Amino acid sequence: MDLAAVLTLDVLSGIATLVLLSLGLAVIFGMMRIINLAHGEFVMLGAYATVLSANAGINIWIAMLVIAPLTVGAIGIVIERCLIRFLYGRLVDTMLATWGLSLFITGAVTTAFGNTIQGVPTPLGGFEIGDYRSSYYTLFLVVLSATLLGLVFIFLRRTRFGLVSRATMQNPGMTAALGVNPNRVYMQTFGIGAALTGLAGGVLAPVSGVGPEMGAAFVAKAFITVVGGGSAILAGTASSSSVFGFINQTGSYFTTPVFGEVIVFLSAIVLIRLLPQGISARFFKGSL
Amino acid sequence: MLEVSGLHVAYGRIPILTGIDFQLAEGEFLGILGHNGMGKTTLMRALTGSLPLLAGKVILAGADISKAAVYRRARLGLGLVPQGRDIFPDLTVMANLRMGLAAAAREDAAVVDEVLEEFPRLHRLLDRKGGALSGGEQQLLALARCLCSRPRLILLDEPTEGIQPSIIEEIIETLLRIKARGGLSMILVEQNLEFITALSDRILTIQKGRITGELDPKSADFASAIAAYAGMDSHAAEQA
Repeated sequence: MDLAAVLTLDVLSGIATLVLLSLGLAVIFGMMRIINLAHGEFVMLGAYATVLSANAGINIWIAMLVIAPLTVGAIGIVIERCLIRFLYGRLVDTMLATWGLSLFITGAVTTAFGNTIQGVPTPLGGFEIGDYRSSYYTLFLVVLSATLLGLVFIFLRRTRFGLVSRATMQNPGMTAALGVNPNRVYMQTFGIGAALTGLAGGVLAPVSGVGPEMGAAFVAKAFITVVGGGSAILAGTASSSSVFGFINQTGSYFTTPVFGEVIVFLSAIVLIRLLPQGISARFFKGSL
Repeated sequence: MLEVSGLHVAYGRIPILTGIDFQLAEGEFLGILGHNGMGKTTLMRALTGSLPLLAGKVILAGADISKAAVYRRARLGLGLVPQGRDIFPDLTVMANLRMGLAAAAREDAAVVDEVLEEFPRLHRLLDRKGGALSGGEQQLLALARCLCSRPRLILLDEPTEGIQPSIIEEIIETLLRIKARGGLSMILVEQNLEFITALSDRILTIQKGRITGELDPKSADFASAIAAYAGMDSHAAEQA
């Protein structure tokens, strides 16, 4: 019974991690159709923003939940203005440009902070389930990911900006003919996607080593989650995170963490072969 | 309301509009009649700003908008109901209508309610996705969405294309009611003679990128003038 509870918590934690990692990419890739190969580096920048702020004496919660998303959101807006906006609709060019950007960010962070792994202590304590131990921070990540899904849903579905943003991604020319500046909407939407990714980096910093190369570990998982989820950015992200998070954690438990990841990538290949349009196209058609 | 002078537009090196001049008065409904490929839609795109001008001026209510971006022209009161309708397919009918209010300082639900009174057919479709509507329903929605933006001038591009006759009648009746209330001007590009005649105060004919004539739908010799333009006998033109 205790083992089942711990395993359930691990699975929920794995799902939450994937939701956090993928939500920003779901906005940037799923909604805006930009293949951002620097996504992992956005996560890394969020983690560094947290580590540097915490080391400078700023409260860890403010560092994770405020400074990390604001910093990466602002960096995202600068990148969109200086690079991405010239490449809308040019898929291959965008991939090359963001790949170059990821190398640049990794190099710049290595030069500035060195190629060493840094970290921040995990806030909150632990608790016991029978003979096993778990941490309250794991529970926090689960609650945060569910809350973020809810907030992004409300933002896209209920707010005026969410409506304008969804319309602009569908038909920027018609949106302009209705008096909206589509360039501004693209910039703001990219910034929101980057901020969500920075938030993911911020809250994952206490549970993962923070170094210049850490983004590489996240980018593939985020992409398979978003592609596996399909066109419905929230229903898709939530469902594919659940599938891959469950497979990863149970696979890791019954074998090894490395083999658990191998099983995830294999199952992603099978999923995309069976559902080429993603889970949401089959089960959540028309959802957000 | 609108002054267009010396308008030249090209696609690459191919000239499409070669010196368009016309004026539109406040509250006037102006028809533009032309065969396929004569530059009607290019003229609309030039007026909305989605195509740059090689030369010429567009003055809207005293403001030179010749170089203004599409969204700035819309904010100055230029509304568009485009050919093909350009409904947002994944948004509901209500969300499409709310997009008409996107440029307003605040979203006023009363505006949508007021516009919906003119379009009873849309009432029962409010929760349906725009892409799931028929062509005629989409045309009504495109017109209603444009009206939600409170335009001073509407550019209506081939609204009857592929639309069933009953909805064409409905669009004519709705536009006549709106016209009777005053305060709104319209440029109407069409090939459907019945539609353009029913709504226009005057009709300009366009051929090979130039305005070639002006017709008065209320004049006694309108049928023969149309016949001369279209190359058919005047009896057939009267029936059309």
